[in-house]
Amino acid sequence: MADAFLYVLLILDATFRVATPLVLAALAGMFSERSGVIDIGLEGKMLGSAFAAAACASVTGSAWAGLLVGVAAAIALSMLHGFACITHRGNQVVSGMAINIVVAGLAPTLGFAWFHQGGQTPPLSGDARFASLTLPFADATADWPIIGPLYSELISGHNIIVYMAAAAVPIAAWILFRTRFGLRIRAVGENPHAVDTAGISVVAIRYRALIVTGILCGIAGSYLSIAHGAGFARDMTAGKGYLALAALVFGKWKPVPTLFACLLFAFTDALQARLQGADIPGIGVIPVQFIQALPYILTVLLLAGFVGRAIPPKAIGQPYVKER
Amino acid sequence: MSLPALELRQINKWFGPVHANRDVSFRVDRGTIHGIIGENGAGKSTLMSIVYGYYQADGGTILVNDKPCPIETPEDAIDAGIGMVHQHFMLVDTFTVLENVILGVEGGPVLRSGMAAARKELDRLERDYALQVDIDSMVGDLPVGLRQRVEILKALYRGAEILILDEPTGVLTPQEADHLFRILANLKEQGKTVILITHKLREIMAITDNVTVMRQGAVVANVPTADTTREKLAELMVGRSVLLRVEKKPVTPGEVVLSVRGLKVTDGAGVHRVKDVSFDVRAGEIVGIAGVSGNGQSELLEALAGMRPISGGEIVYKGKSIAASGKIGSPRDLRRIGMAHVPEDRHRAGLVLSFSANECTILGYHDDVAYNGGLFLDNKAMVRECARQEEAYDVRPQNPMLSASGFSGGNQQKLVLAREMERDPDLLLVGQPTRGVDIGAIEFIHRRLIEMRDAGKAVLLVSVELDEIMSLSDRIIVMFDGGIVGEVDQVGAEEATIGLMMAGERVAA
Repeated sequence: MADAFLYVLLILDATFRVATPLVLAALAGMFSERSGVIDIGLEGKMLGSAFAAAACASVTGSAWAGLLVGVAAAIALSMLHGFACITHRGNQVVSGMAINIVVAGLAPTLGFAWFHQGGQTPPLSGDARFASLTLPFADATADWPIIGPLYSELISGHNIIVYMAAAAVPIAAWILFRTRFGLRIRAVGENPHAVDTAGISVVAIRYRALIVTGILCGIAGSYLSIAHGAGFARDMTAGKGYLALAALVFGKWKPVPTLFACLLFAFTDALQARLQGADIPGIGVIPVQFIQALPYILTVLLLAGFVGRAIPPKAIGQPYVKER
Repeated sequence: MSLPALELRQINKWFGPVHANRDVSFRVDRGTIHGIIGENGAGKSTLMSIVYGYYQADGGTILVNDKPCPIETPEDAIDAGIGMVHQHFMLVDTFTVLENVILGVEGGPVLRSGMAAARKELDRLERDYALQVDIDSMVGDLPVGLRQRVEILKALYRGAEILILDEPTGVLTPQEADHLFRILANLKEQGKTVILITHKLREIMAITDNVTVMRQGAVVANVPTADTTREKLAELMVGRSVLLRVEKKPVTPGEVVLSVRGLKVTDGAGVHRVKDVSFDVRAGEIVGIAGVSGNGQSELLEALAGMRPISGGEIVYKGKSIAASGKIGSPRDLRRIGMAHVPEDRHRAGLVLSFSANECTILGYHDDVAYNGGLFLDNKAMVRECARQEEAYDVRPQNPMLSASGFSGGNQQKLVLAREMERDPDLLLVGQPTRGVDIGAIEFIHRRLIEMRDAGKAVLLVSVELDEIMSLSDRIIVMFDGGIVGEVDQVGAEEATIGLMMAGERVAA
């Protein structure tokens, strides 16, 4: 019984770690898409910021400096996307894919040129990474039944970005639904003409939304290389950007449902890590490849029919042109 | 002499080579309803978009309350006390009424306090101007008339003293339009200035104090409404005298061409749209179907044209059943036996907007030998036929290569009419032939329809414009809630009687 409890705790613990970059990236996508700009470039922005953060952290030895540079890199890529799609009214999917492809090639190339380690950054340690935090009283309560392990194992002991992600959900929801900025973002994604005639600049609102996207995406990418991992490796995002986008659609562009979608994907991922090589009673050992594919199979199934109709923001994907 | 609320001096605007507004000057007195009338493309909407700061003029001055007022953005216009209700509503469907109203004037970075204040203010506005609407309902769920009210509230909430309405009745039922006019009269009483853009003479005569007539981007007249007549205004708009009443010979109906018996149509959601409808259309007559939009006329027309399955009843064309027990010939089969159809919505069903005019000319007739040479379409023949039709129907510009979207609404409609009527059909089904079409073109289209009738063809006309039905039809069938309420002969038909029937009352006519 105690073993089973601990087993579940460990899976949930892993779920939180895996969910963190998904949640941050999905919220990043939410700001962009709610403003009417498709963001298929989440993957590239995460990868770019993961590289920038790791590179900076390894040179300066400071995780905070790494995070700052990681965020700056994601904002820069986000602005590039905006320049192509908002200012020049380019195709948003093409621009996003271009960012993904450019970063996938550029990051390892720069890494190779700067660090001569086969495209990776040097392994990070000490202050160059965000260490796990032990919350107050975690050690003192560790021996309490049920609540003790729940608090000290599950809630405590994560790095700061995990807590940032947890806080980001209510903050993002508040911004989107309770502030002027959020109202305007939602309006510009539904009917930009209404925003224009209300005397507000459509272009300015969309750029601002993309800056928020850049910040959140930058934190997500930095998490991968300087908090969860210890250095940048080629293709380390491994489709997380697309998974976050799927979670956003699954969550119908709403913060809380999107959070749960991310947790579900993360849970299956944590589960598959545990199931690899495990001997399941009655079934035996399931091939690793099949288990690894589970989160993605689940994504396809959910998006293909289980969630019902997800209605995207009405003006999504359309560059704003004043009609004559 | 009353004070001017708005004065325009020498406004000019170019869109590329098109001179949309040329030296436009006039003034609007405070506390009046001022009409601006002109055909489609006369530059009315462009002019008002300049006043609202949506476009910038290439020259000229705008004066608000006798002071020069540079308006470069909608924000400037709002600050100057100008509000605008656009033809296509500028509302966010997924927002509540309240959210729509405060968008842009939220009253602080956090919504809560601003929303509370807005509630109070809206309460007052609703009371003062009789503009009741539930401010917590979703705009997308509201009927069109109420959405328009939201637009008016939006403008008033921003402190508008001058309210511009662009073609406000285009989307309204007659009852809703009357309600709107009462609201406008009320606004005027409270000292607001209203500018009404329209191409409907009736509205100008009904509620405006002064009227400015525009033609081809320029002002051609500026008169108090009381000093003019419908005929004079129509002549000024078009630049020549126009027959508002269609002249036609007495009817000489021949044999029955189309006979509909007990027709039932059910839509995809299982709602009965057409309920047990029976009528005949004879050669040499125009039968008009009147009714408030959404009472089954559209579904009836689409079913007859083969675009919609029927769920019961029989359709007999020239003595042969073309539809019984749910199966109806395809539009292509129906065309082959001499039926033609001008759909109600030319954008959705009449044209492919991105196609060139000559490609649109062969839509539905694309397998005709005349347009086909062996494997490929015969482009030369298509262009030749299109040019011929464009000339015969006075389509402007006369360019078979221009894409359909490049023509104005009236000329698009003429392209569709030309395609269907040039086939010399025995039965023409025609829906809303003059929707969004300017007066000159309306006259032309009406004459063509009468010519078809005089040539011994059967015409079934569906229109929500009662004037049109009354002037063209030999017999008028009134539909309400999917059924036929009654039938009236044109001779001696009274608008009031038909109006009552359109509201569902059975009146002995």
